[in-house]
Amino acid sequence: MLKIEGVSRSFGDRLVLDDVGFTVERGRLTGFVGGNGAGKTTTMRIILGVLAADAGHVTMDGAELGPDQRRTFGYMPEERGLYPKMRTVEQIAYLARLHGFDRADATTRARELLDRLGLSERADEPVENLSLGNQQRAQIAAALVHDPEVLILDEPFSGLDPLAVDVVVGVLSEYAARGVPVLFSSHQLDVVERLCDDLVIIADGQIRAAGPREQLRDDFGRTRYEILSTGDIGWLRDTRGVEVVDFDGGYALFEVADAEAAHAVLRDALDRAPVTAFGPVRPTLAEIFRGVVVDAPAEKVTR
Amino acid sequence: MTTSLSPSLATRPAGAGPTGSHRPTPPGMVRASLLIAEREILAQVRTKSFLISTAVLLGAVLVSIVLGAVFADRAGSDGTDIAVVPSVSSTLEDVDGLDLVDADDEAAAVQLVRDGDVVAAVLPDEGSPLGIRVVALDSTPTELVASLAVAPEVELLDPSDTDEGLRYLVSFGFGLVFLMSATGFGSTIAQNTVTEKQTRIVELLLAAAPARALLAGKILGNSALAFGQTAAIAAVSVVGLVVTGQEDLLAVLGAPLVWFVVFFVVGFVLLASLFAASASLVSRVEDVGSVMSPVMMLTMIPYFMVVFFNDNLTVLKVMSYVPFSAPVGMPVRLFLGEAQWWEPLVSLGLLAVTTVAVIALGARIYERSVLRMGPRVKWSEALRGS
Repeated sequence: MLKIEGVSRSFGDRLVLDDVGFTVERGRLTGFVGGNGAGKTTTMRIILGVLAADAGHVTMDGAELGPDQRRTFGYMPEERGLYPKMRTVEQIAYLARLHGFDRADATTRARELLDRLGLSERADEPVENLSLGNQQRAQIAAALVHDPEVLILDEPFSGLDPLAVDVVVGVLSEYAARGVPVLFSSHQLDVVERLCDDLVIIADGQIRAAGPREQLRDDFGRTRYEILSTGDIGWLRDTRGVEVVDFDGGYALFEVADAEAAHAVLRDALDRAPVTAFGPVRPTLAEIFRGVVVDAPAEKVTR
Repeated sequence: MTTSLSPSLATRPAGAGPTGSHRPTPPGMVRASLLIAEREILAQVRTKSFLISTAVLLGAVLVSIVLGAVFADRAGSDGTDIAVVPSVSSTLEDVDGLDLVDADDEAAAVQLVRDGDVVAAVLPDEGSPLGIRVVALDSTPTELVASLAVAPEVELLDPSDTDEGLRYLVSFGFGLVFLMSATGFGSTIAQNTVTEKQTRIVELLLAAAPARALLAGKILGNSALAFGQTAAIAAVSVVGLVVTGQEDLLAVLGAPLVWFVVFFVVGFVLLASLFAASASLVSRVEDVGSVMSPVMMLTMIPYFMVVFFNDNLTVLKVMSYVPFSAPVGMPVRLFLGEAQWWEPLVSLGLLAVTTVAVIALGARIYERSVLRMGPRVKWSEALRGS
């Protein structure tokens, strides 16, 4: 388990990370979401040791991370970077060799991985000849080629088409299944929603929410229900304790204080007309995100 | 989460194999440096621009040597005019390649030399074992002296230590080769450093190898290339001189040439670490120019010094000991025969010590600024610490 505790960092007078703490569990894909400039990349660079924290700790299974351990990490930086003129497979193999694999082994791994990511046909071309999406795959290969024990990926899905996203997700899931903690950032909330097991939401350098995805949905979702009746359901708007969010003939989306109130609404509706559908509506990640990031009063203080 | 996977992907083992069991030990400092050096060399050698520029450089050296030979020949054919007085003309008649111009007496012969009608005059000399002496205007008539087999006493009316044209040419040559190689490979180091920074591949590299290995590999690789190129130039010079029959020049130039290569290697390592450290201060290739100018100046100064002051022995002497200009200054002095045998050793020692110190400094700057993105890092900041 990768644990980030009380990490703070300023650039000049600007406090970019304020007491950031969360965990990345083994065997789970953890999504790291936040707006532009929220501190995702800075956090990741601190985990990687590429940047020093002003305060706080990053530990792996309880032990403070050192350079040797960080060397076993797989990292995909935010700004994609490989040598533009170097052949793709050589480049990936070169990185593997820097991690200690011998030349033959490194080349085999590079080829397998590129093959895996659907890039085998372009493997012998210089990186600069690849399309953006393919460069992205090469970058993912670069992060994976040394068989990392922890994966930190900054925006691994940006620029990938849906099929490529599926391929990458498949590979990442395998790593997670083997017990590798996987942290990836993204601002494509729909992708994160579909993929991640755990979620960390950061805004203005502070962690606003963290935990298993479903739990966050429960915690941060208001109690919303939808109902579909064969009759007109206009009466719901006059019911006390019910706030109708959306209404259309026999359909209504409404918020109530608790489940009990919702059941009362259902009983009422059944008395008036047959009900064809009724159930709770869980908030989407985008809604949680908005609720947590935008609506929450920014308590950030200038220090 | 894996519902969208095709079955084949889901069931196949990961390309990278299982974790843990056979993780190789990460390479040590030396191996990592060598790996990085290897990449630097391969990346360079495979570019067309490198191959072309090397070919052009070697071609230019060869052409200048051939041209030198042609000019020397022309000078030689002009110079076969030798003034003789009657008493020695008989002794020179059998010598090939000499056009004898008869002069009435010694004064007339010397006047011919002064007027430039002849290259030299051969006059009787009782005190010399050969019985003759040679009078020339401003330089030793090597062809004549060579053809006389046993060197007679030479009297220069307007003595000059070394043939002026040749001195200029050799100084210029050393200066130019140093300038071209150092700026060429130095810029390559700078470019690569910033490219790595700009593309953030440096973050991947540093995740695998320490910053010092990165710097060492970069310097090592490019120094090897620079050494290779310089050694090739030296080799081409030697072959060129032999083929064009200028062995006599080679005899004078040989040792300075070897010293030049030795000095160059150490001197280049010194500059290379400065190039890398300077480049690590900026984050974008566009900004390289401004941050490079101090190092570029350091690289160019020896060239201009040696071009303008190659007849000023004091300046040359200072140059030959100042580490940044020693790679040019000392070989030129050796060529001029101005340096004692121990002087290049002392100068080389000084250069080596400076290089070690500068590398330490460069590594410090590099380590601290290579990961700092954004605006240019100030020298003082880089030196003071993160």
